[in-house]
Amino acid sequence: MSEALYPIAIDVNGVTRTGHVTARTSLVDWLREHQNLTGTHIGCEHGICGACSVMLDGAPVRSCLMYAVQADGHRVTTVEGLTQPDGQLSILQDSFCEAHGLQCGYCTPGMLIAAQALLDANPRPTEDEIRDAIGGNLCRCTGYQQIVEAIALAAERIAGATR
Amino acid sequence: MKSPPFEYARAASVEEACALLSQHGDDAKVIAGGQSLVPMMAFRLLRPAWLIDINEIAALKFVAPQADAVRMGACTRQCDIQRDDALAASVPLLRQALAHVGHVQTRNRGTAGGSLVHADPSAELPLVAQILEARMTLRTKSGTRTLAAADFFEDAMTTSVAHDECLTDIAWPVWRDRKTGSAFTEISRRHGDFAIVAAAAQVAVDDDGTCTRAAFGVGGVAPIPTAFPALAQRLVGTHLEKETLREVAHDAAATLEPGTDTHASADYRRHLAGVLITRVLQSAYDDARSVR
Amino acid sequence: MSAPQASPYGFRYIGAKRRTKEHPRFVTGRGRYAADIALPGLKHVALVASPHASAKILAIHTDAARAMPGVHYVLTGDEFCAATDSLQIGVDAPKVTRWSLAHDRVRYAGEWVAAVVADSRALAEDAAELVEVEYEPLPHVTEAEQAMTDAVLVHPAHGSNVILHRNFVWGPVEDQFAKAEHQLSFRATWNRNATVPIETFAVAAQWHPGTEMLDVWASIQMPKYPDQTAKALRLPGNAVRVHYDVDVGGSYGVKRGIKHTVLVGYLAKRLGFPVRLIEDRLENMRGGDMHGPDRTFDMTAAFDGDGTIRALKIRAIDNVGAYAGRAPFQLGKPVSAICGPYRIGAVGYEPVSVMSNKTPQEAVRGFGQAPTNFALERTMDRVAQFLNMDRIALRQKNMIRNDEFPYTIPSGSTYDSGDYHAVLDKALAAIDYPALVTRRDAARKAGKLAGIGISTCLEPSGGNSAFEPLLNPKNETTTWMDSCLVRIDLSGAITGIMGTSSAGQGHETLVSTVVGEILEREPSTIRVIHADSLQALPSNSPVGSRMAIMLGGAAAGAARQIKETLLTIAAHNFECAKEDLEYRDGNVNLKGVPSKAMSWDQLVEIAHRKIHAMPPGVEPGLQAKFVWEVPTGGGLPTADGRIQIYPCYAFECHIVYVEIDPDTAAPEIKQYVCGHDCGVMINPDIVHGMTYGGIAHGIGAAFYEHFTYDDNGQLTSGTFMDYLIPSALEIPPVKIVDHCTPSPLTTFGQKGSGEAGYLGAPAGVANAVNDALAPLGVEVNTLPMSHLAIWETIEKAKRKA
Repeated sequence: MSEALYPIAIDVNGVTRTGHVTARTSLVDWLREHQNLTGTHIGCEHGICGACSVMLDGAPVRSCLMYAVQADGHRVTTVEGLTQPDGQLSILQDSFCEAHGLQCGYCTPGMLIAAQALLDANPRPTEDEIRDAIGGNLCRCTGYQQIVEAIALAAERIAGATR
Repeated sequence: MKSPPFEYARAASVEEACALLSQHGDDAKVIAGGQSLVPMMAFRLLRPAWLIDINEIAALKFVAPQADAVRMGACTRQCDIQRDDALAASVPLLRQALAHVGHVQTRNRGTAGGSLVHADPSAELPLVAQILEARMTLRTKSGTRTLAAADFFEDAMTTSVAHDECLTDIAWPVWRDRKTGSAFTEISRRHGDFAIVAAAAQVAVDDDGTCTRAAFGVGGVAPIPTAFPALAQRLVGTHLEKETLREVAHDAAATLEPGTDTHASADYRRHLAGVLITRVLQSAYDDARSVR
Repeated sequence: MSAPQASPYGFRYIGAKRRTKEHPRFVTGRGRYAADIALPGLKHVALVASPHASAKILAIHTDAARAMPGVHYVLTGDEFCAATDSLQIGVDAPKVTRWSLAHDRVRYAGEWVAAVVADSRALAEDAAELVEVEYEPLPHVTEAEQAMTDAVLVHPAHGSNVILHRNFVWGPVEDQFAKAEHQLSFRATWNRNATVPIETFAVAAQWHPGTEMLDVWASIQMPKYPDQTAKALRLPGNAVRVHYDVDVGGSYGVKRGIKHTVLVGYLAKRLGFPVRLIEDRLENMRGGDMHGPDRTFDMTAAFDGDGTIRALKIRAIDNVGAYAGRAPFQLGKPVSAICGPYRIGAVGYEPVSVMSNKTPQEAVRGFGQAPTNFALERTMDRVAQFLNMDRIALRQKNMIRNDEFPYTIPSGSTYDSGDYHAVLDKALAAIDYPALVTRRDAARKAGKLAGIGISTCLEPSGGNSAFEPLLNPKNETTTWMDSCLVRIDLSGAITGIMGTSSAGQGHETLVSTVVGEILEREPSTIRVIHADSLQALPSNSPVGSRMAIMLGGAAAGAARQIKETLLTIAAHNFECAKEDLEYRDGNVNLKGVPSKAMSWDQLVEIAHRKIHAMPPGVEPGLQAKFVWEVPTGGGLPTADGRIQIYPCYAFECHIVYVEIDPDTAAPEIKQYVCGHDCGVMINPDIVHGMTYGGIAHGIGAAFYEHFTYDDNGQLTSGTFMDYLIPSALEIPPVKIVDHCTPSPLTTFGQKGSGEAGYLGAPAGVANAVNDALAPLGVEVNTLPMSHLAIWETIEKAKRKA
């Protein structure tokens, strides 16, 4: 009695990736195990910690709470997709390095996704807005302070770059 | 915490969703945002043989103002509701409630209908539905019916939605009184958590500040969110004076028999209910008075 | 809070702002965590856990599970416990044996009873549900004081639930109590919580029959891990190879997954293919055995009217759960700072370690110091309250002065250096204390409950395990070395090799900065790698805030040897004495004759390729190892239980301002300043980062985190819905102000700081809440201070009135 397999085609970081999955394969498991994109992490599998955050059609979602079949035909962005095509770090990624906005790195991909989505929608966030944007991403290493500083730095640098 | 096995169908239309629900009956569950459903599957507390995905049905994602209400598709995303300024003007409690719902990621997938059907006793949207007496339209293969909120919510995590029914839209009543104000507040352990106690109120006043209409309720204190239409009537004709408010809040709290859990005792919940009712009524009243 | 651009200490690299070497892989999603490692043919484990807090196992029926397609094996305790040795116990309690799977009986709800191996984790979970276990429930006990009556025994063979009970008397305790003008007693309770990393424990193992070698990749932070794994599996130590180049997603003490590892190692060897267990969050919270201190402290202070604290009596009861684990020793480490930063001449300490039918504890950040500091600081505030004395003045009076170091405390540890008063002053200035008092008083006038909390606490650093012989005389472990190997290859590139794993502490950055400092070469060009356990020099892991001291010291020692070798080679080639030479940026020249120079490249080439130009007796190539013991530790305790534990003492002063809504009891931290002195900071961003993180852990312990149990012995906060980890919306902005009293014992004056923030934050927050409640005449001495707990305390005040 083996499980049915469903064909899927998902745009991941600009490249359409296809496969066959069981219905119960979560989006995060599909990304990690089937697509070898291990940058997205699992912390709780019940929708609280945010380590699994990816962008679905540009908006951050918890990929542990979606099945891969549900993402069929949609556009997913993972942390691997934030790096520029030539391998250079994005301003946001580089700002995390500059401000030491990470330690063990486990929550970092989810934080970057949440932060990137914030800056895409709100290029001049206040500290409160930054904290609200990452409110669904738990971190146990940093106490959030340097993460908030990193995002604020990124906003400042992006504003400078686009002026 | 991998989900138990199930089969998946992506409905392209409401008709298809209803046909599938009719076909699979008890064995099927609708999946919308999945923010409440999928954790239950991860904990293996739910094991539907079929998940019917309604996320791709465009006909379920809309916000349509009407004469006395705003009709909203069941799959309208919470983030879209939050961002909708026209909606914030006509049904202000929605934006106010959603500020307390989960986090960005939750609201990017969560839907209006999903939260209502999940019917968590502390959830914010069911509380708003009760206070405003929202109307839920359910559809089956054979027809539709519309339920008032009070008939929709039956018990904790339980609604009167039948196994072969799909919630298609919600009508949120709009108060046409010019000077209408509203407020939503809750106490939770952390931001975005389910409320220990939530309270919401909507008040309309005339030009000299006399209350002409009121509605309020609390969540987290009973199996279903509790509105107090009779007590709200006592506010009509008053200026929501301190003593009036105190009595109404006290009488409302006195009717409650909340539960006890890790986070709060029954006594604490009852106490919070009284405090928060007073606060939201005062806030809603002040908000109404401030309308030009 | 940004670090200065140049080193404030006058070093070239040490103390300057520097990006870490670890950043680039993590921000691009290229970390290599245990769950990321692909092994061909890998199979997956899911656990069957006991639903009962205490029960006999009558039978386990595995046929249905084994018959499921995709299932390879179902392992139970019968086979496993016969084929492997008990995990190490540590304390003198040989009958309190422990295996990864229960055998005959279960002792806590969540204890692992069977392991299913299948083609996927999902299938393994499906099959786990088909395993039928017949239990005969037994009485259970979860409360420590009830467990101490021994009415219900967790390990009947041990004869008691108490696995450790000592009574230390250091200094003239009774005499001081007799002389003191006043006494007060109270109980401080630190409820069970832990540092719960976002990554659960994961381990993969592969057995190679051809070479008889077990390869292990794990999310590990644990001394003696390969050795204990080998021992339990009845393998020689050199048959286990642990790969330390696995990134660990946070540990903060708890990831000592020896039980997971022995299980997976056994399965890999038994089944002939690689096997992996990634705990899911449910397994982790209930059965991962990574809970933390669960303590009551009965505190009695003897003091005079002028505020002099003469003596303390401390009775600490810790509920360790169903097996010993490291928890008993977690009562011992605080002996190293048992009187805090204060001049208290006599201390009585009675640690009691009690078993119960709860999940076992593991080592948690600070190893018991955070709860102990909480109890000490509540004591200080209560003494101040009793005497109607200012809490700051009381601390200033009793704190050891900067001219009293090195200072030996009654329990035998010597504090190396410090200037507690200066740090306190800096923190007070940073928060503008007078303005803060005004703010608090104004808030009170406006009807809020508002309070300022102060805590002044020590962070003993430079971990060894001197508390082991203290608490278990049969355990004479006194060696706690660490090491580093530095080599320069033929191309002139520098590599530093460390022999343990890292979990975000920035060790690669630490080593490259230190080596770069000594060799005067740019740290970004220095590669740091993690050797596996067979290649590694001995290490005792990053525990007890030790790596800045121990790994930093080892890296410096190895680099110094290399520098000496370079000078020796140059001296030989210039036919002069080493004293006649100058070393600059890796190049060497004759003093006063800059033209007579040998470059780095030339020296490297001689070392690697020109033996004819090498001084006799000097090893060819350029590599040096440095292995050393924790300074000052290494002795055994005296007969009356005095012992030098950790060498270096960092200090922190927390000032916290809290407002509480008197009607809803909801607390909010409005201002937070931390004064911190850990000597020389090798990388300020890293130090600050861990301090901010420690404070967040501390706020979690103070307000939110609690492993709660019901009357049936069930863990009722076993998911992230009920075990509340604070988010960026709960943790306020924090300002850190630094001070530096270098340690005389370390290479650059650095002290450890991996546990910073956590050790003083719960105390500071608790004192703030108590200050807020003081006008009502009530107090809270139990953590966490949930909304409910605060409300019930406020209600108590109303009833009193």
